[in-house]
Order: sequence, then C-alpha cells, then structure tokens
Amino acid sequence: MKTTNLMIVGVGGQGTLLASKLLGRLLVSEGYDVKVSEVHGMSQRGGSVVTYVKFGEKVYSPVITEGEADYIVSFEKIEAVRYLSCLSSNGKIIVNNQEIDPMPVITGAAVYPSEALKEIKDAKITVDEMDALRLAESAGSAKAVNIVLMGRLAKYLGISKEKWEKAIEETVPAKTREMNLKAFNLGYDYK
Amino acid sequence: MKKLLIGNEAVSRGLYEGGIEVVSSYPGTPSTEITEFLSKYDDIHSEWAPNEKVALEVAFGASVAGVRSACAMKHVGLNVAADPLFTLSYTGVTGGLVICVADDPAMHSSQNEQDSRHYAIAAKVPMLEPADSQECYSFAMKAFELSEQFDTPVILRLTTRIAHSQSITDIGERVKKERTPYEKKPAKYIMMPAYAKAKHPFVEERTKKLAAFSETCEFNRTEMGGTELGIITAGDCYQYVKEALGDRVSVLKLGMLNPLPEKLIRDFASKVKRLVVVEELDGIIEEHVRGLGIEVEGKNLFTPIGEYNQDTVRKVFGVALNEKPGCQVNVPVRPPMMCAGCPHRGMFYALSKNKITVMGDIGCYTLGAQAPLTALDSTLCMGASVSGLHGFNLADKGSRRTACVIGDSTFIHSGITGLINVAYNSTSSTIIILDNSITGMTGHQQNPTTGYNIKGDPASKVDLEALCRAVGINRVRVVDPYDIAECEKAVLEETASDEASVIISRRPCVLLKNVKTRTPVKVDPDKCKGCRKCMTLGCPAISIKNKKAVIDHTLCVGCDVCKQLCAFGAIESEDR
Repeated sequence: MKTTNLMIVGVGGQGTLLASKLLGRLLVSEGYDVKVSEVHGMSQRGGSVVTYVKFGEKVYSPVITEGEADYIVSFEKIEAVRYLSCLSSNGKIIVNNQEIDPMPVITGAAVYPSEALKEIKDAKITVDEMDALRLAESAGSAKAVNIVLMGRLAKYLGISKEKWEKAIEETVPAKTREMNLKAFNLGYDYK
Repeated sequence: MKKLLIGNEAVSRGLYEGGIEVVSSYPGTPSTEITEFLSKYDDIHSEWAPNEKVALEVAFGASVAGVRSACAMKHVGLNVAADPLFTLSYTGVTGGLVICVADDPAMHSSQNEQDSRHYAIAAKVPMLEPADSQECYSFAMKAFELSEQFDTPVILRLTTRIAHSQSITDIGERVKKERTPYEKKPAKYIMMPAYAKAKHPFVEERTKKLAAFSETCEFNRTEMGGTELGIITAGDCYQYVKEALGDRVSVLKLGMLNPLPEKLIRDFASKVKRLVVVEELDGIIEEHVRGLGIEVEGKNLFTPIGEYNQDTVRKVFGVALNEKPGCQVNVPVRPPMMCAGCPHRGMFYALSKNKITVMGDIGCYTLGAQAPLTALDSTLCMGASVSGLHGFNLADKGSRRTACVIGDSTFIHSGITGLINVAYNSTSSTIIILDNSITGMTGHQQNPTTGYNIKGDPASKVDLEALCRAVGINRVRVVDPYDIAECEKAVLEETASDEASVIISRRPCVLLKNVKTRTPVKVDPDKCKGCRKCMTLGCPAISIKNKKAVIDHTLCVGCDVCKQLCAFGAIESEDR
C-alpha cells in the first residue's frame, strides 16, 4: 500500500497544529502507521509554517520532499504556491483564499501576488479554492478556518464523515464542539 | 497502549515509566516539551531552573541523594551545562541521571547548528540517539539502567525532526524505583585533585567497558539487504535512508553514538562492497570508521550543513527524484515576525528611531532585527547583550548612543552576571529588560520573574528593580512599551547619562491567556494620507490597500501604538 502524503501549510498562528492533531488522531484510529512532523518555536511567530502528515502501511521519513505530496491544504492563498514544488503530478490543492501580507509586502519591498492561484490553475493543477474565513465566521469563529478546511479535505480522503466528527469531538474543547462541527460541515458541503 | 506521540512526549513518558523522581530544565526549542509533559505527572518533582547549568546540578544532587533524575535542554544549553557535565563524568551517579539534549540542524529556532555528539566524546559519557518516538520512549527508559549499570550520566541526543515528529508509540506503566539510601562517599563525590586523580582512570576504564557493551547492545542493529552498498546511519537519517533506498541496501543502524563499536562495524564493513556513513552535521561516525582503518565515504558525498531528507539520499545514490509540477510561481518570503500587539514593538521603535546601537539577545525580541525596525546590531548567545554592551562601551568610549535588550527569562538565565560586571567595572551602559512576564519564544514557560512555577502555582518572584539596585545600579526605571513617548524619553535620558542604568520595559506578552486585549483600531480612509508612517512599526495587522492603510481586525489587539504615530488622526479606536 502506497503511503499518502499530505501537507498542511499556512501562517504561524492560524491553527495548523490543531488540524494536524485532529488528522493524526483520526488516522491512528483507522489503523494506519502515521507520522506527523512540524517545527515549533520561532517559525510560529507569523512565519510560513508547514506540517507533514504521512500515513500508510509503514512510514519511514517524517518529511515530504519535492513531487511527493498527494494533497496540500493551504490556510492562506500564497502559501499553497510557496510549497507547489512538493505537489505530486496528480496532487490536489485545497486552499483558503484569504490573503495575509508577509513582511516584505508590509514594508513595501514586494507586492502581494494576488493572481498566483490563477497562474497555477492555468497550468492544469487541481485547485479547490474557498473562502474558509467567511465560512468559519458564519460557523461562529474566525479561528475555525482550520476545521472548515479539514471538512473540505474529508471529501477527498475516503474516511467516513462520522469518524471525522468523532475525532473532532475528541480533539476540540467541549465548549467549541458544536461550532467546530458546524464549521466542519460547512467545509464538507461547500459547493 | 499505542499512542501517536511527538518524540519529546515519548521521551518524557519513557523517563516517567523508568522511575524518574526529579526533573529540572531550562526551556529551549526543540527540547522544551520533554519537561512540559513531565510536569503533568504529580507524583514526581518538575521545575524550570534559571539556566541549564543549574538544572544539571539539581539533577546531580538528586542522583547523589539516590533517585533517578533528568534534565532537558537544547544543544546550546549543553554549553552552559558543560561545566558540571565534564566532572559528573568523573563522579558518576547513584540514582540514574539522563541529560536530554536536542540539536537543531537547519537552525529552525537556534543561533548555530553545533553537533552535541562532540560533548559525549569530550566528556567521555555514553550517548544514545533514537530514530522515532518508539525509540525515544524505550531509549529514555533504558538510559536510566545504563546510567546506573556503568555509573555515569547518559546523554540522550535528539534532533528537531525526532523531537517534533509524531509517530506511534506503544507505552506501558510506571515502575516505581526505590530510592538508594544515601551514604557519604567523599572519594566519589568530592572532586578535589586527590580524589579526582583517582577517578580519571575509572573514567577511562568505564569507556572501555561501554565500548565492549556497544558491540552487542540492543541500541545498535544490522539490517542486511544487498552487498553492493552498506550504510551506517543513526537517528532521523536512518528514516531518510530507508525511505530513499528501501530494503535493497544493508544498513547498520546505530542507537548508541558514544562510544562507537569496533567489531560490529568491522563485521558490517566486511560484508559490503561500498561503505557510506549518512549522518547530519559533522562526520563523527565516519571519522571513527576511518580511524579503524576501514575505507569509508561520508562527508565527501553529504554536506555538514543543515537538515537532510530522503531527496538528499536519493541524489547521492542516483535514485530518481519524484516529478514536480512544471509550473512555478515566485511568492514573497514570509519570515517570522513580532506578533500584532507585541509589547516589544514600541521599545524597538523608540530605539530604531533614535539610531541607538543595540546589542541583542536570545528570544522573540531577536525579531526586532528585521526590517522595518532593524533595531539590533548583534545577537550571540544567552546573556551576551549585557556583557557585550559593556565591552563595546569600553572600546567605543562614548562616541555612540548604545543600549542592550534582554528578556526577563534570559536576564535571569545569564544577564544578571553581566549586569554585576557593568556595575562593578563601571561603564555607563543602558540595559533594557524587555519584561513580558513569560519565557516567550519557547512557548510560554514560567520563570523566576513571573511569580508562578512550572505547574502554574504561585511561587517566589524576583523583584527586578530591587535586584538591579542591589547589584549597584542606581538608575532603574520602569516604562510601558505601549507608550512610545515614554519609551523615547527613557531611552534618550538613560543613554545620555554617565552612569549605568536599567530600563524595565514592562508589559505581559499579548499571547498570554490572562492578558485582556482591547477592541481593534480602524483607519478612517478619509483622513489617511497613505504616508506609510504606521508601516514603519512592522505590525502584521497593518497593510496598505489602494494607497490607504488598512487594519486587519482579526489580528489587531488594540495596543494603540500605531495610533500614536499617525499625524493625521486617521487611526481610531472603536467603541470601548
């Protein structure tokens, strides 16, 4: 059985760690060998962050290199583009089209490349683009962007919705459970 | 029970089940979680020490008194703890003692990428290195046995990828270890020359015994595949080798990195036509193999710089890489930056605006070096801002306005000794303590200035103002870094003074749960002239859209620092 390689990318502070925690829990309960790798510390202060999630019969390396990712789930518009070289030839991108300015754009040294996603779509790469921030806010919290995107990923991974919902219930704090389940379903059902 | 654990949590579980009673550490990425997870067990003592030297000495004392103990630190922390380490090697232990050290190849969160294996060799102590969380768990547990069996401290070496990767770990139950009754043993524990001279031969003899042990120990294993290529590797590199080359090559996977075996390596080398060592950072295994007179390759093929991955291995051995998308679009870099509402920002703005030469230190505030603030002139190691500033001022003789910045935790770690030197040897240095009431960069650990211990319970709190006065600094003042005018006034007055001074820039980290943030500010587009003055703060919440400033309400915490800069009154507070 081939290992499935998945990357979660975004901006430090966007809640990528909770998403990988949820995924890890779900995949272990499905009986896979799983490795999840992320870097803590300095990179979390508003920098570009990446989490590798790998699962299958036997996983060795915890990291994903060029051309290996089956899925890239991006919490921010251009972060998907930054890690594009990691995408495999038939890999898919799920992207929240929220724009967060990196420091060179803030200082005026660079311009935010708003058309970047269009360029990669034109190159025939599968991009599932959504306004996850709006969906998260309609679920009750801007912080639920991570769960909205996991809802979207659930469409692709072939693990039942009920199992995802159970993993969410076990991962998020009790008081945000309802809101997160709503966010998950908004992502899952997004047209 | 099988659980998905990060390497650091697996280490803590192994230490716990192995019967640890005392853990003392100083936080440092990527080692911090080892101690954080241990602090959740109420049947053992856990603590944050002021620095790594103190932490290791605490573990030493607990070992002398007869219990199993440990400390955890990042690679550069071992430099600080090196003094007790080298003599601990002579004294040995009573209760098992494990020193967990996490190296950071690629410097994800560090100022250098030194290789801790040199310390094990230099101090002549055994070192284990796990390759996944299961090994983190089992090696940590067995390290205690090794420590007591050979009467030595044991170093458990991790790298970032092992410490921060989750993999499945089969854990068990804690085994309570009876304390060894204390006995006074002057010849073992008093390292004055007469006794120490007797201990050095013991160390040499122990190394021979450990080397013999390493030949057959469970930490090292051979996985025979083909005979064309044999690879000797350890830690995360083992995973990269297996991923890139599969089972068709033979692998000698080392889990005990010091001392290294001789016969095991000779046997392995004799079975393969080509022998290559795959190890990150320095060629330590390779040099050992070459020293045995065996033909070997390693750093001629692999770089001593940064982190490897499976592609690093594929490229060297001519394995095809995966095809990547033909389309590539360049996007601007996204380095880490100070958070919106970070209390350091106001002080850095004051320093930068007034062109102060600033010696920096280790912590979140190192980010003040970046554009647009570019407020720092140097960063070396923990505490070096204070002592470095003193030296700079001795040489500069007052031609520049100078200061240094150091966080509350770093100041306690090793800034205080530098401050005593400033007072004692009298330069008119200005030390700015960025007191955000927490150890920030490593993820919010308590420290002696916060008033809480590792478990969040109330604890003795260092009075920074009184401490600075007590060492001989007469000019001590406290400012609020959200008040730019106050910061500038303090910086200009103190850097002009011909007496040493301390400015305590005090406001808690905005990410702390108990910090109440205010409603976001917003820009009145009719008043905004697009002058970009607010952009000179480098706040991630502020951007320019259509030539007007825009404030992201999801990031802004209402610190009002930008509001103080706007000459047109365009930044307004929403109803509060």
